[in-house]
Amino acid sequence: MLSGRQFGALLEGAWITVQIFVFAAVLGTILALIFGIMGLSEKRLLRAISRVYVEVARGASAIVLLFYAAFAIPIILGVRSGNTFVFVAGIIALGINMGGYGAEVVRTGIQSVPRGQTEATIALNLRVRDRLRHVILPQAFVVMIPPYGNLSIEVLKGTALVSLVGISDLTSEAQNLRVQQAIQDNRTPSLVIFGTALVIYFIFSQVLALFFRWLEKRIGGKWYGARG
Amino acid sequence: MSWIFAQAGFSFDWDYAREITPPIARGLWETVVATLVGITIGMILGLVLAMLRRSRIRAIRWPVVWIIEFIRSTPLLVQLFFIFYVMPSLGLILSPFVALVVGLGLHYGTYTSESYRAGIENVERGQWEASTALNLSPATTWSRIVLPQAIPTVIPALGNYLVSMFKDAPLAIAIAAGGILLQAQSIASRTFRPVEPFTVMGLMFLAVSIPAALFVRYLEKRYGYERG
Repeated sequence: MLSGRQFGALLEGAWITVQIFVFAAVLGTILALIFGIMGLSEKRLLRAISRVYVEVARGASAIVLLFYAAFAIPIILGVRSGNTFVFVAGIIALGINMGGYGAEVVRTGIQSVPRGQTEATIALNLRVRDRLRHVILPQAFVVMIPPYGNLSIEVLKGTALVSLVGISDLTSEAQNLRVQQAIQDNRTPSLVIFGTALVIYFIFSQVLALFFRWLEKRIGGKWYGARG
Repeated sequence: MSWIFAQAGFSFDWDYAREITPPIARGLWETVVATLVGITIGMILGLVLAMLRRSRIRAIRWPVVWIIEFIRSTPLLVQLFFIFYVMPSLGLILSPFVALVVGLGLHYGTYTSESYRAGIENVERGQWEASTALNLSPATTWSRIVLPQAIPTVIPALGNYLVSMFKDAPLAIAIAAGGILLQAQSIASRTFRPVEPFTVMGLMFLAVSIPAALFVRYLEKRYGYERG
């Protein structure tokens, strides 16, 4: 079975996975809000920019973006790539990819808010910012939570890709252990190594799923509680 | 496009890019083939899982539910490593290509099974009752009554998974199963010029994935909702 040292290595990798996920999710959420709201703008140019971003961010796929960011971008910018650069590049690539999917979630979420709500805010003479902040977004969030939960689980799974560009995340640590055990006498079956890694990922996604279910109840109850 | 690179002080070598386009296109073709084989496996497996999930026997239904949940919540990349490195120790040696398409099929089979499930649940109860009244065998009920009504409603969802799978298929690089990314990467490491191969790869990838996504969206609009 796994030795304490091996399990420790997996946990260290898992910690990197968590960091990459959190940073990528934050970046992805910011991009999703910006481009999602932009996609509903009255200005044609802004809508077009949002469309192009969404199609490219989703169409290029996380893995292609990741390799581009990790290997092509440093050459184009003429900077020396190192561990920190690849770490940041990985987060940016995953964040951009998530932002593309997230923007669609935000856009459809806002569109699901009845038109009358927007008309009422116009009648009340609210500024665009206040309309969004106090009336439209709170209602849209409730609709957005379930698909957003699914999206974050996809992003969590996507973090495994960073092991392919040399970041020591959970997947990469599992791979290292597999290679090490092959040249050692004390053999840990790769079944155990990858099995443990899969279980750790499974636990992470279940925690995320629970969190979003809790959020749905909480926010749903808060904003829809007073509806007659 | 050269202009963008020039702004960053990088000169894009067009002759080199033209020269490496054919091998990268071959890689793209391998990725497309892997996707088509993978989605075929995924569509068949998903249907089987969806039907097993409806089994009256709890000892079948319950494990199927958890297997689906587990596969859906863990990264495809780790599953590919599992299939490629762990299965041989259990006596199942797979070539990289077979491991890739089995991994893709298995992963997406759990997704398609959810779509089939929704499609099957949308078939009215009366259809089942009528089949019972007519004394049709379960095999006839499924093949002649239920599935012909359920499957058309699932087609747009399957199209979406086809596009998603295409975006995951470059993961082939992790187990050396060919594909567009492996081609671009090996050219990059042979010539020490990563920008051109990765740019050509990105553009080719978008040239397939964006039209495919637009086509699926058209299918969705055209056929998705009218059966409601």
